[in-house]
Amino acid sequence: MGFNFRGAWSIYTREVMRALRTAFQSILSPVLTTSLYFIVFGAAIGGRMPAMDGVEYAAFIIPGLLMLTLLGETTSNASFGIYMPRFTGTIYELLSAPVGVAETLVGFVGAAATKSLILAAIILTTATLFVDYSIAHPFYAVLYIMLVAASFSLFGFILGVWADSFEKLGIIPLLILTPLTFLGGTFYSIDMLPAPWDKIALANPIVYLVNGLRWTFYGSSDVSIGVSLGLTCGFLALCICVIAYIFKTGWRLRT
Amino acid sequence: MDSDAEPILEIEGLTKVYPGGLKALDDIGLTIRKGEIFALLGPNGAGKTTLIGAVCGLVRPSAGTIRAFGYDMHDDWRKARARIGLVPQELSTDMFEPVHRAVSYSRGLFGLPPDKTRIEEVLRSLSLWDKRNERIMALSGGMKRRVLIAKALAHEPDLLFLDEPTAGVDVELRREMWKQIDTMRARGVTIILTTHYIEEAEEMADRVGIIRNGKILMVDEKEAMMARLGRTEALIDLTEPLAELPPAMTRFPVTLGKDGMQICYRGGDGTGKGKAEVADLTKALVSCGIDYTGIDIHESSLEDIFVDLVGERA
Repeated sequence: MGFNFRGAWSIYTREVMRALRTAFQSILSPVLTTSLYFIVFGAAIGGRMPAMDGVEYAAFIIPGLLMLTLLGETTSNASFGIYMPRFTGTIYELLSAPVGVAETLVGFVGAAATKSLILAAIILTTATLFVDYSIAHPFYAVLYIMLVAASFSLFGFILGVWADSFEKLGIIPLLILTPLTFLGGTFYSIDMLPAPWDKIALANPIVYLVNGLRWTFYGSSDVSIGVSLGLTCGFLALCICVIAYIFKTGWRLRT
Repeated sequence: MDSDAEPILEIEGLTKVYPGGLKALDDIGLTIRKGEIFALLGPNGAGKTTLIGAVCGLVRPSAGTIRAFGYDMHDDWRKARARIGLVPQELSTDMFEPVHRAVSYSRGLFGLPPDKTRIEEVLRSLSLWDKRNERIMALSGGMKRRVLIAKALAHEPDLLFLDEPTAGVDVELRREMWKQIDTMRARGVTIILTTHYIEEAEEMADRVGIIRNGKILMVDEKEAMMARLGRTEALIDLTEPLAELPPAMTRFPVTLGKDGMQICYRGGDGTGKGKAEVADLTKALVSCGIDYTGIDIHESSLEDIFVDLVGERA
C-alpha cells in the first residue's frame, strides 16, 4: 500500500466542507474586511494620493491587501485545521489510519490552500467593484498566489501542531503576521520611507511577498521578483522540512 | 475458542518510558489469536490505553516489536493499520458533522471507496440508521459511543480495539452493546477490549489478561483462570455454638467463627467443585447432629479474582 489517495481526498474534502460550514467566518468575513479597506484606503483616501510608479493608488494597494488577507486567513485556516483535532482528541483517527505525512499535508494543507485561492478570487472580483485595474502577468500572479497559499498553509500547519492553547494559535497571525504585513509595503512603496527605515524595511520578509505579488500585477516592484520568488520557495522548503521532522519524531502528535 | 488459531497480533518486549521516567509499559509480551475476544483488565494507570495506543500508532514505543497480521508495525504500518479499528475511551469526534458523513469519512481515511450499502449496514446494526442525518452533538452519550464504534467498523477491520466501550452507558445499552460485540465476533472480527466492568469481561471474553504497573501479570483462558483461581465461600449459621469442630469436619476446608456460631467454608476451584463439597458438608453436619439456621454461599467472580491479584478494583 503506497500513497493513500482516498485517505488524502477524505481529509481534503472534509476540511473544505468545514470551511463551507463556516462560510461566514472563513470567506465572507475576510471579504467584507478587505472591501472596507478598498473603500477607506482606495476610494476615500486613495483619491488624494499620487500615482505610485504610474499605478493609481487604489489599484496599487490591491496586491498588498490581497497578501494581508491571504497570509492571515491561510495561516489561521491551516493552524485551526490541525489544532482542532488535537484539541478535541479526534486526531486519534488520523494517527491510527494508514495515512502518513504526505496524505496529511495534501489533505489539510491542500484544503487550506484551496480556501485561500477561493478567497483570493473573491477578493479580486470584489476589487473590480471599487477599482479599475488589470493584471500584467495573470499566469504568474496565480502561480505566486498558489505558492504563497501553499507556503503559509504549511506554516499554519506547524503553528497548529506547536500551539497548545487557543491563545498561542492566535498570537502569530495577530501579533506578528498582521503588523509585518502592514509594515511590509501593503499601503505604500518602501521607497517612500525616509532613511534608514527604507533599509530596515528590507529585513521584513513580508516586503518580498507583497512586492513579489505586486510585480505580477503591475510589472514593477520595490525588490527583484527573483529575490521574492527565491525567498518564498526557501520558506516553503523550510516548512516542509519542519513538518517532515514533526512526523518523523511525532512531536506534539504522538505521545 | 481454538487455542491453536493463528496469531493475529504478536507483541514482544514492548516498553514505553515517558519523558520524566514514567515506565507505562514494561517489557510486554502478548499474542492475540484470530477470532477471539481478549479482555485486558487493570486498575487506572495500569497501561491499558498506552498498550492500545502503541499498537494503533498513537504512542511511540521506547522498545519492543509489534506485528499485526504478520506485518511489522514499524516497517509495514500502512498494511497493518488498514486492518485495525479503534474505538477510543473518550467521545472524540467532530460533533458538528452528521452521523453518516462522519462514518463515511472514516472509511475513506482507511483508503476504501465509498460504499453506501456498507455504511447503511453498519449504521443499522448499531441502531443509528434513523439518526444518520443528525449532527453528532445532538445525540445522547450512548449514541455518540455507537457512532465511534460505527466509525471504527466502517473500514471492515479484522482486529478491533475497544477501549472502555461501555463506559458511561446505562445497563440496557451496555447489554445491547455486548450483543453487538458478539455479532462482530461472529463475523470473524478479533476483539481486544479494556473495561472497568469485570462483569463485561466475564460475560464476553475468551481470554483475559491482567495488567498492572505496565506489566502483564497473567494471561489465560477465562474458564481456566476461573477454575484455577476461583473459590467457593459458604457461611453456615449454627443453631447452637460449637466449642470445636467435630472430627468429621476436618476433611473439609472449614473454620469456626463468630464464637462458634458459624462455620466458614472456603474451597473449590471455580468449576462447581466447591458447591458439591458444601452439599457434602451440610450432610456431614446433619449426620453429626449439628443443626443450622441458614447458609450463605458465594462463588467467586472474575472480579474477586482480579481484586485478589492486583489488590484493587479495575
